Amino acid sequence: MALRVKALESLMVEKGLVDQAALDAIVDHFEHKVGPRNGARVVARAWTDPAYKARLMENATAAIAELGYSGGQGDHMVVVENTHDIHNLVVCTLCSCYPWPVLGLPPVWYKSAPYRSRAVIDPRGVLRDFNVALSDEIEVRVWDSTAEIRYLVLPQRPAGTEHLDEEALAALVTRDGMIGTAQL
Amino acid sequence: MNGVHDMGGMQGLGPIEPEAEGQVFHHPWEGRVHALSLASPTRSNIDAGRHQRELIPGATYLTMTYYEKWFRSLGDRLLQQGHLTREELTSGRPDPDLPRATPRLVADAVEATLGRSGSYVRKTSAPQIFQPGQSVRARNIHPNGHTRLPRYVRGRLGLIVRMNGAHVFPDSHAHGHGEDPRPLYTVQFRARELWGSQASARDSVFLDLWEPYLEPA
Repeated sequence: MALRVKALESLMVEKGLVDQAALDAIVDHFEHKVGPRNGARVVARAWTDPAYKARLMENATAAIAELGYSGGQGDHMVVVENTHDIHNLVVCTLCSCYPWPVLGLPPVWYKSAPYRSRAVIDPRGVLRDFNVALSDEIEVRVWDSTAEIRYLVLPQRPAGTEHLDEEALAALVTRDGMIGTAQL
Repeated sequence: MNGVHDMGGMQGLGPIEPEAEGQVFHHPWEGRVHALSLASPTRSNIDAGRHQRELIPGATYLTMTYYEKWFRSLGDRLLQQGHLTREELTSGRPDPDLPRATPRLVADAVEATLGRSGSYVRKTSAPQIFQPGQSVRARNIHPNGHTRLPRYVRGRLGLIVRMNGAHVFPDSHAHGHGEDPRPLYTVQFRARELWGSQASARDSVFLDLWEPYLEPA
């Protein structure tokens, strides 16, 4: 594959279809500028600032943009909140829709057949595979990203973190916690 | 189309393999395919790009990695839209008799372009038929082309929980028939309505569905 991709890249550059330096900048963007640390800052702000959380739940796209995160695959954001009674899980059964500005590019399993197929029919089994054991009393809500709306899970703030500031809280937030395949 | 990409509810497709945070691309060529696909003049229609990957024959689709699918559909789209000829793609050499294009994205514009949110919401004069709180049934339809109505909800009862305005309609846009904006609703389906008594009575699956996918229930 490496050689075939190299050949197509050279051809597209020579044809003027793409700019080589732009390709480098795009790779750099996804390796260094976006990723789950962005989403973690959104979550930590929501945990510590009730007014921000209210804006986030009302208009997630605008509230996320307040922290400087915006762009393609985050054009229409919706945040779903985990509570004592509700656990949310995000999937894209048809392809690989995922909120790039706040989570970066998805892990391989998120884009792969086993997760895409099972998340809707057996979410509790999927969660057990991620070592999340949910009580039968908890309601599971699965969000299948079929349109251009992208979902971000707001995890529950872990107990015993009252003394932590926003930055320390952000460090506790994981990618899987914001997809819904982990509890914090 | 009822392709293997529409895999919600299938069983037996293997174990989920969790992965640590941090590694974005697993080979350098994957990053190049990602970048080529975003910078390419073919990127202007995201729905057509998705449909191109759905057109990969099912048995092949299931054996390809994610970026192998992206690579294949990129080449197919470049050929279809006339950006490359078959001879150029095979030989890897540009035809000297063909004009040189101008890249739509240059390095200095990358951060601003990737950071700019677009919108798929469009103004439309057509009234929305359904309201939040209303019961609906997903239509039992099987379009030959691109659709974002998964098979596992077709014919099933759901509840409108949110109205999202009129969005570009992929079933039209993917085929070059215009944006044809239609009201987009978030619809809740009870897990038992979809999967029967084996599912938890508490659980639900939510999908974002365009009005033509729905009928009153």
